[in-house]
Amino acid sequence: MKSNSLLNIALVGNPNTGKTSLFNQLTGLNQKVGNYPGITVDKKQGKCKISEHLTAEITDLPGTYSINPTTLDETIVLETLLNESNDSYPDLVIVVAEVENLKRNLFLFSQIKDLQFPSILVINMSDQMIRKGITIDIEALKRELKSEIILISARKNLGIDALKREIENYENWNTEPIANISEKIDTVFFETIKTAFPEFSLYKSWLLITQQKNCAFLSSELYQKITAFNPDSEKVKKYQHKETIYRYQIINEILKKTYSVDKNEATDLRSRLDKILTHKIYGYIIFFGILMLIFQSIFEWASLPMDLIDSLFANLSELAKTNLPKGTFTNLIAEGVIPGIGGIVIFIPQIAILFLFIATLEETGYMSRVVFLMDKIMRKFGMSGKSIIPLISGTACAIPAIMASRNISDWKERLITILVIPFTTCSARLPVYAILIALIIPDERIFGIFNMQGLTLMGLYLLGFAAAISSAILLHNVLKIKTQSLFVIEMPNYKLPSLKNVFFEVVEKTKAFVFGAGKIILALSIILWFLASNGSEKFKNATEFVTTQESANHLNDEVLNKKIASYKLEHSYIGVMGKVIEPVIKPMGYDWKIGIALISSFAAREVFIGALATIYNVGSDGEDVGTIKERMAAEVDPITGEKRFNFATGMSLLLFYAFAMQCIGTLAIVKRETKSWKWPILQLTGMGALAYIVSVITYTILS
Amino acid sequence: MGDTIANLKIGEIGIIQDFCLDAIPLNLLEMGCLPGKEVRLLQIAPLKDPLYIKVNGSHLAIRIETAKQINITKLR
Ligand SMILES: Nc1nc2c(ncn2[C@@H]2O[C@H](COP(=O)(O)OP(=O)(O)OP(=O)(O)O)[C@@H](O)[C@H]2O)c(=O)[nH]1
Ligand SMILES: [Mg+2]
Repeated sequence: MKSNSLLNIALVGNPNTGKTSLFNQLTGLNQKVGNYPGITVDKKQGKCKISEHLTAEITDLPGTYSINPTTLDETIVLETLLNESNDSYPDLVIVVAEVENLKRNLFLFSQIKDLQFPSILVINMSDQMIRKGITIDIEALKRELKSEIILISARKNLGIDALKREIENYENWNTEPIANISEKIDTVFFETIKTAFPEFSLYKSWLLITQQKNCAFLSSELYQKITAFNPDSEKVKKYQHKETIYRYQIINEILKKTYSVDKNEATDLRSRLDKILTHKIYGYIIFFGILMLIFQSIFEWASLPMDLIDSLFANLSELAKTNLPKGTFTNLIAEGVIPGIGGIVIFIPQIAILFLFIATLEETGYMSRVVFLMDKIMRKFGMSGKSIIPLISGTACAIPAIMASRNISDWKERLITILVIPFTTCSARLPVYAILIALIIPDERIFGIFNMQGLTLMGLYLLGFAAAISSAILLHNVLKIKTQSLFVIEMPNYKLPSLKNVFFEVVEKTKAFVFGAGKIILALSIILWFLASNGSEKFKNATEFVTTQESANHLNDEVLNKKIASYKLEHSYIGVMGKVIEPVIKPMGYDWKIGIALISSFAAREVFIGALATIYNVGSDGEDVGTIKERMAAEVDPITGEKRFNFATGMSLLLFYAFAMQCIGTLAIVKRETKSWKWPILQLTGMGALAYIVSVITYTILS
Repeated sequence: MGDTIANLKIGEIGIIQDFCLDAIPLNLLEMGCLPGKEVRLLQIAPLKDPLYIKVNGSHLAIRIETAKQINITKLR
């Protein structure tokens, strides 16, 4: 249960009103991302010292226009406000509004008031009032709404202290409802609800009844009581409509007396920028220009830190091996844990850079224009304009990308987006592509300009998008899900991005990746290490067996040790697994060693390189320990005597990695977000089958 | 007359009359798109869909199929 010294505060408000900015002001770096029990969605929480004796735990919620949710994001708000047994059930609610569209903000505020929470209206962006010619009579508004109101600017850090002082006094706030829905809509009907649920505010009971399907947290007892009230959907719709109109009536009356805008002050910056950014030619040119810039930067800026991280972890492994006492535990640390963690950390630069761009673009208000520009095109593929952001994010990592699809209200569009995201070329594929391309594509230029290797990489990127789009079209035609379009998107004002907000967003997204995918990648690295360093009888007797077998050859120690290691690998559990699948992967042009790498990279694609490095390091009988690329180039097929990584095998591998679903982290997230195993299994088998077929065909044609 | 938001030309203004409750998402109403309110068409996306409107103080983009369900009378 919740500790009594800590005050739970929820931040609720329309999108883009500055909840997160206020949250960042209040909590600073004391933030963490948690999980909701039941519906598993991330929530952001942080601690804030309100006064000497009072500390608050503040929850930042996704923006919403109403308590009645249309997207998964918004469902969280409903859940937070209705589920009393939740740890973070608020003791008080801060409703964040902004000066410009106060009317619509008050709509939500009136709903919160009717739930009878102690609540305070925080009107943000006071710094914009003069420029926009807005005047608000705060005292009168306080009287009319019978509520506490504070004018702040989260960006300029104005009014935050006054807010804290007001919160100290929260027990004395007025909690009367604003709207009398019973009297205005259907007295008889609402009176029966009132008598049935005397423990709740009337509006809460009404919400529970109308939002049953979004209230998974209800006790079965309460649930039964509520379903007994099932009014027909016609009636619900009519009443919700009436309620909406009624609330706006009240608000209009109040604002007439308290709020005024001097229209002459309105600027036309919005319309001028809109004309260019959503123009039928310039709009697309600008958008694709920005995309190119993003991809370019991911490559250019990330490569240096990635190399550093790579060598740092290699050195750490070495260090652990030489300094810790010899034994299984040291091996686990040096060969399992450290490379495992390295495999996660290496992606941080690319993910951080990508989200730096996305957060900046979101802050400016440009992303809504992209949605507007792309919606019709994306709908042809069964997706929504809102799918663009997840698809772009997918080029860094599918995990945050899938989570970014939560604001798509249409279930079919959201599902298709989630299902096709793993086709986009994520950063885990890059190291695999890089090494294979270096092996099989000559480092030459065509027509003296285009680097062939670069072109191949670009081709693979395009292939990823093409695969995503084609499978979306397929799913669009196959999936029989009927949905009503709820697509409405606000076009916010253009703003200069706030560095603080961008910074926090990048930190949050990166953390989500590290802790979401990280755990799984780490766990699998350890399992793989175990499988490679243990085996049956033959594995255990490897030293004796090889020594006796080679005794006539008078090998020196080093060569002998390598022979032993190679023999060990072949008979370790993972070696056995590689051999078992060899017949299956032979048509693709692979041997059991590549098979081992394939199995290993099921956890996460980039493990492929590490696995091959291990295999060829331990499995070669030569003396020179060259780079992994040289080793691979030198590997020959023992039967044909041909190079193992020839053009045919290399292409087949490239295409396999382009299409196959080899990421446990993604599968886990898809399961979590779709609440069913059906979809991740479909991804796994569908993408796997496609990858297999394409690779077999490629290999057969090319060899 | 039978005008809907989808019949507006860029820059034109209409007054919302009524709509079929089944075809209009509740969130659109809640964002202020209500009978009696003025609606102005600001932009049309390059492929004729969605529409960018201003209604009751909110700047919104809605799909054309939704726009067709909202009856208006044009102001001239
Ligand atoms: N001028 C001005 N801009 C602000 C102020 N507070 C926030 N902003 C800007 O408003 C935009 C939205 O701020 P956020 O804090 O992300 O809003 P939010 O309510 O968390 O938005 P959602 O999470 O999308 O619902 C950002 O571009 C902020 O920089 C303010 O006091 N003045
Ligand atoms: Mg926010």
